[in-house]
Amino acid sequence: MSEALQYAVEMHHVTKTFGKVVANHDVSLELRQGEILALLGENGSGKTTLMNMLSGIYFPDHGEIRVKGRAVTIRSPKNAFDLGIGMIHQHFKLVDVLTAAENIVLGLPGKAVVNRKEINAKVAELAQRYGFEIDPAKKVYNMAVSEKQTVEILKVLYRGADILILDEPTAVLTPQETDKLFAVLRNMKKDGKSIIIITHKLHEVLAISDRVAILRKGEYVGAVNTAETDQAQLTEMMVGRPVSLEIERPAVERGEKRLQVIDLTCLNSDGIKALDNVSFDAYGGEILGVAGIAGSGQKELCEVIAGLYPSIGGSVLYSGSHDGVPVQERILGLKPDEIVKKGISMAFVPEDRLGMGLVAGMDMTDNVMLRSYKSGKGIFVDRKTPRALAEKLIEELEIITPGVETPVGRLSGGNVQKVLLGREIACQPSVLIVAYPVRGLDINSSYRIYDLLNEQKKKGVAVIFIGEDLDVLMQLSDRIMVLCGGKVSGIVDPHKVTKDDIGLMMIHADAGKEIQEKEA
Amino acid sequence: MSTKNGQQKEPWIRMVKRDAISQKKAWAIRAAAFILSLVTGGIVILLLGHNPFSVYTSMVVGAFGSSTVIHETVKIAVPLLITAIGISFAFKMKFWNIGGEGQILVGAVAAGAFGLFTAHIFPKLPLVILMMLASIVAGGLYGLLPAVCKAKWGTNETLFTLMLNYIALAFIKYLMNGPWKAEGSSFPKIAMLVPGARLTKVLGVHWGWILALVLVVVSYIYFNKTKQGYEIAVVGESNNTARYAGINVGRVFKRTMFISGALCGLVGMLQFAGADYTITEGTAGGVGFTAITVAWLAKMNPFGMLVVSVFIAMLERGSNTIQTNFKIPASASDLLIGIILFFMLGCEFFISYRLIRRGKEEQNA
Amino acid sequence: MLNTLNGLLIAAVLAGTPLLLGALGEILTEKSGNLNLGVEGMMFMGAITGLAGSYYYEQGVISSGGTPNGVVSALIALAVSFIAGAFGALIYSFLTITLRANQNVTGLTLTIFGTGFGNFFGEYIGQNAGGYVAVSTVTKNAFSRLNIPVLSDIPVLGPLLFQYNWLVYFAIVLAVIMAWFFNRSRVGLNLRAVGEDPATADAAGINITAYKYAATVIGGGICGIGGMYMSMVTTSGVWVHDCVSGYGWLAVALVIFATWRPAKGILVAIVFGGLTVMRMYVNIPGLPAQIYDMLPYVATIVVLVVTSMRESREHAQPKSCGLNYFREER
Repeated sequence: MSEALQYAVEMHHVTKTFGKVVANHDVSLELRQGEILALLGENGSGKTTLMNMLSGIYFPDHGEIRVKGRAVTIRSPKNAFDLGIGMIHQHFKLVDVLTAAENIVLGLPGKAVVNRKEINAKVAELAQRYGFEIDPAKKVYNMAVSEKQTVEILKVLYRGADILILDEPTAVLTPQETDKLFAVLRNMKKDGKSIIIITHKLHEVLAISDRVAILRKGEYVGAVNTAETDQAQLTEMMVGRPVSLEIERPAVERGEKRLQVIDLTCLNSDGIKALDNVSFDAYGGEILGVAGIAGSGQKELCEVIAGLYPSIGGSVLYSGSHDGVPVQERILGLKPDEIVKKGISMAFVPEDRLGMGLVAGMDMTDNVMLRSYKSGKGIFVDRKTPRALAEKLIEELEIITPGVETPVGRLSGGNVQKVLLGREIACQPSVLIVAYPVRGLDINSSYRIYDLLNEQKKKGVAVIFIGEDLDVLMQLSDRIMVLCGGKVSGIVDPHKVTKDDIGLMMIHADAGKEIQEKEA
Repeated sequence: MSTKNGQQKEPWIRMVKRDAISQKKAWAIRAAAFILSLVTGGIVILLLGHNPFSVYTSMVVGAFGSSTVIHETVKIAVPLLITAIGISFAFKMKFWNIGGEGQILVGAVAAGAFGLFTAHIFPKLPLVILMMLASIVAGGLYGLLPAVCKAKWGTNETLFTLMLNYIALAFIKYLMNGPWKAEGSSFPKIAMLVPGARLTKVLGVHWGWILALVLVVVSYIYFNKTKQGYEIAVVGESNNTARYAGINVGRVFKRTMFISGALCGLVGMLQFAGADYTITEGTAGGVGFTAITVAWLAKMNPFGMLVVSVFIAMLERGSNTIQTNFKIPASASDLLIGIILFFMLGCEFFISYRLIRRGKEEQNA
Repeated sequence: MLNTLNGLLIAAVLAGTPLLLGALGEILTEKSGNLNLGVEGMMFMGAITGLAGSYYYEQGVISSGGTPNGVVSALIALAVSFIAGAFGALIYSFLTITLRANQNVTGLTLTIFGTGFGNFFGEYIGQNAGGYVAVSTVTKNAFSRLNIPVLSDIPVLGPLLFQYNWLVYFAIVLAVIMAWFFNRSRVGLNLRAVGEDPATADAAGINITAYKYAATVIGGGICGIGGMYMSMVTTSGVWVHDCVSGYGWLAVALVIFATWRPAKGILVAIVFGGLTVMRMYVNIPGLPAQIYDMLPYVATIVVLVVTSMRESREHAQPKSCGLNYFREER
């Protein structure tokens, strides 16, 4: 009995599949009472799926779950709440048109009539107890990201959860906000709450957790006490072999200026400047990394240059050659097809692969011709050439697929990215923009992508690489441009600055000057 | 929730997405659903005190039993088929054009403007060509209007096209009562098209059926082999991807909706000049709505639409026969079509998903 | 002049009530994220079953030698029409919620089915009744205008406010209750969350399936009552072929015009009702009667376009409306 009570949660031999994809296979995991457990694993290792089975979003195919020593069936999020389990999802689950307080009491039993005054007071009180600042009557669609996260956490606390699961909570936070969150988590632990935090950032694991459980390719690898481990051991457990996380950076002589961006400015849907006087140059034979907290204007930057997003000022100059003839064009304001018509070969691998870069429901042939179907005369499409290209890509990039007729939406994340990047590279671009190309990919696929980018660099292509992992950015890029709130805080040489410097530039647009001076 | 030992069991039935299903199996499921729908319809007939077998037989005979009734059946199938093809243009790009009724009506009116008032000026061939062009342009423009608003402001097209139906209907009533009212009629109605301007019959039915068959082939090629067809498919899957691919989404909306409306408009002309020889409130007669289900059941495949529209025409024609033979009201066809469609819509679920009963996953895995 | 205006207003309320009922049913349905385009079908089903319910009740009582009671007859019509509309909505719910069929197509199919259902049984029962179905004076009186002591006798205001049939007051009270329900009640709050963002509502522990079924089925029942109004009041208890035709769609338009707010729906229903009967009261030279008939539809389009230009986040169609929700989608 006493042993059973030692654990807040036990999962035994849990398996979950989606169609043919095995997301979790025979996973056993324990969460002790009153500890902070870090759940570590690569992208696609099944961390979120596993936790969603605790929060009632998914139902396991096999296996047993015990909460506080009792075997349970968690059929729905309601069951999870009843067991004291609350999950804060990576993508916030809040209803936009309702207020903070309404979101917090949503789905709870209570009086038939909602007394807004009463719930607002209750929420305010709870927020105060944990040191959150929040206006309970504010509508969610008026909130900033960190405010929304606060609402999410309060929602779980309000329900009296004593087992909290946080799915990559720091991904959207600045380092300062992260520190604040960790402080709150430690307070909760003191309160006797048991916490699981999903992450793939090693330093956060070491900073906050008591124990670390590791998943790899959907399977449970093991658990270690945080005090007895280090980054190298964790990495090896996560990847399955000792990995030198070194990324090759071939030395290539910098080529011509391909893209010149001057004072680029654009607005987001709320009328706030998403890009504010952004200026930079991109050269052939170099990888220009772009760093910044999520939502600092990266998406807008890519899409403005690609002709998919309107700007309100500035200019973008392209210089290159087309069939041996030099081409110089102002491309700002041109639509994607107009850019192509000017003889400019610019490739763009967007962040949203299946929602923008590819058509999930179409096969590889039809996807490969997405950018080139207009070529050739007449009203009919030519499927022969793209089909041949698709077959070539499958072979060269080792894309795993039943065949060119399989809809790309059915492929795994890494293979989807290979199709997309392969197609973009096949049009022999002189500028290649890639946004978060390794997000959601396992380490092997990620390294294949880095290799492909380096190959392009060697060919003299100007590569613009929007990244999120600073370690990768610093190893792969020749120069790094740091964005902060839509402004360029600086463009630095990754050899000469530290990760902390870049981190500082990510949160202070003015920090760049000092650092660049130091660098010089 | 809790069972006797305080333990909770997994739900007794769950559904899981299928990976892929063989065509054979999929068609077997559809066939089973179809038979079930006939059984359900049969039970209704039985409850009304008739023998379902003789009623069904009578329907088939009533639709295909003689060349006269075959002509009638084809006459019902032609507008259904062309409208379904027209609607599938819009539906392929996930543009919910439920304004087929209105587009048919304005097409009929445009054809009527020439057919009723210029028949004494033009010889038959130019007149028919004029009527065709007028109906195409009118239907096309009527379809274009919601597309323009959708392209510009994202206006909801489902409700927009729907409202246009009733505006067209009110306009026809206005013509019947006012400017186009037949001379000497005490009753509000529009005059008949003079026999010399009516569409020529080929094998007993106006030549619209040949046009319909041609359109089946042409639209199939358009959807599957042309650049514009490809653009429609990409827009239908994702507007964002389409923009990324350099497709002007607004232009595709407008172009395709013009075609969609134009084909429906053409149906109005065929009904006016080939079948009814006049225009009434019933010229569209629900074809615009039924065609949607035809297109959907055929999964936007023109050849599939050919089969489905002939089948539905059979039900409609056959229900006239059962009215005479069994005194079952002709509205039975709508009832029966509804039942069949419900089953066909429902059965798609079993093609995409499979159900797992508690503790049975091993056998199925 | 004043008399004409009063007459128009009264006629507008009478004509607007079935539209209001249909719209209320559809608002409830859409708040759960289901766009049910089968309003017309469900109204047809309510229209014929309500009429048939009263008719068979009367026949039953008469054949056993009794005298039919108007109130009982009206209540039977109310209950039966609600059940019929709810049954139509249940088919729709099963197909879209459980079997995940496309909402647009399923709704249209329901309209086809319901229209067939109404006309078929209308004619069928008529045939058996020897020509046509009609209820007796007792039932007709139960659906004619009320005579409330004192109130109905007030000059001008009496006829304007207190002399309608009971279904008018039923519809208005229902609208007020629904407005309160969406804004103040916990269940209403949960329902709005389901329609706006089912994944969130699901994660908050709300039973999506139950909410969707309940809202859609009850909504369908209310549409059914709207249909019953058509056959009992508008056509005075006689089955008229295609009697609901077009009104169901007008109710859908009303939902948009009322921007999904039940209380506003009352006013819009009077406006729509007024537009449908205006030609009998107001004669603008040069404007033919049938053009009046277009007005509600034209007005709806204008509202649609204007709201799409404004992009309001609230007072708009629930965000997930028209989309099916499946928790394990991946």
